[in-house]
Amino acid sequence: MSKFSKKEKETPKISTSSLPDIIFMLLFFFMVTTVLRETELKVQNRLPKATQLQKLEKKSLVSYIYIGKPRDTEKYGTEPRIQVNDVLVTPKDIPNFVYAEKDKLDEVERDKITMSLKVDVDAKMGIVIDVKQQLREAEARKVNYSCVQALDKDE
Amino acid sequence: MADIAFLLLIFFLVTTTIASDKGLFILLPPKNDQQMDVKIKERNIFKVFINSNNQLLVEEQLMSINQLKEAAKKFISNNGRDPKSSESPQAAVISLKTDRGTNYQVYIAVMDELKKAYNELRAAYMGITLAEYLQIENDPKRQTSKFEEAKKAIPYQLSEAEPTNVGGN
Repeated sequence: MSKFSKKEKETPKISTSSLPDIIFMLLFFFMVTTVLRETELKVQNRLPKATQLQKLEKKSLVSYIYIGKPRDTEKYGTEPRIQVNDVLVTPKDIPNFVYAEKDKLDEVERDKITMSLKVDVDAKMGIVIDVKQQLREAEARKVNYSCVQALDKDE
Repeated sequence: MADIAFLLLIFFLVTTTIASDKGLFILLPPKNDQQMDVKIKERNIFKVFINSNNQLLVEEQLMSINQLKEAAKKFISNNGRDPKSSESPQAAVISLKTDRGTNYQVYIAVMDELKKAYNELRAAYMGITLAEYLQIENDPKRQTSKFEEAKKAIPYQLSEAEPTNVGGN
């Protein structure tokens, strides 16, 4: 036990006690920032509930049309409006939108285009019928009313 | 602790999928200027009308929405027994008419009930439950010849008439 015994220079271990916090932070970051929607919605969109749903098969063949009360009621009023891509349109613009969407597809697939109507529950049939009529004009006959799965009361 | 957190992190990273879109499919009639005369016997048409107050008129009778499915099933699977009802499932057509003022939510609820009537009949034809039928319908790999047969035996025939205009826009 001399005073001058060699001091053992052990490198201190890195504390891992804060690792969970970092990982949790990452976890929360991913959970929060996972964005599912590409277009910004300008209309209210609460989908109706239904039980007998069918899945949309090929995502590339699907185009979306949103119908609902505008979010910015001071600018656009309270009557339900139609949104395609990022703009509010009138029913007359629908055929042009369909042709533009069809142009993006391969020639063989153009007839298979499916229009997914995301209509707010508070909308009336009038505007939906107008859109359907225009889709008929534009030869986009496959239509899907987007719905949320409801719990079946019979089962 | 870190391991559990890592596990959760990886779990979320892997399972985060964009919620798959689901809905009710319809096929619009083709664009046609000249009206074609399609002759369907009166007895083979099941008329459903929703007015602007969201009331349901089925075969000239006021009906609530939860009675609709049974009425539709009875009509489709009549097979000529009742002279006022359909001759066979293949001949039966459901005619749905709405008003411009009808709520979209009610329209979807009616479409759902009608689809359910057909699905239940098809499931019964195949000898499976409704839940099993829905799974098969959404999975092309599991669609056997029996499924096609059921579709052919009980075809989903829904015709949408031009709307009335009472409720306005």
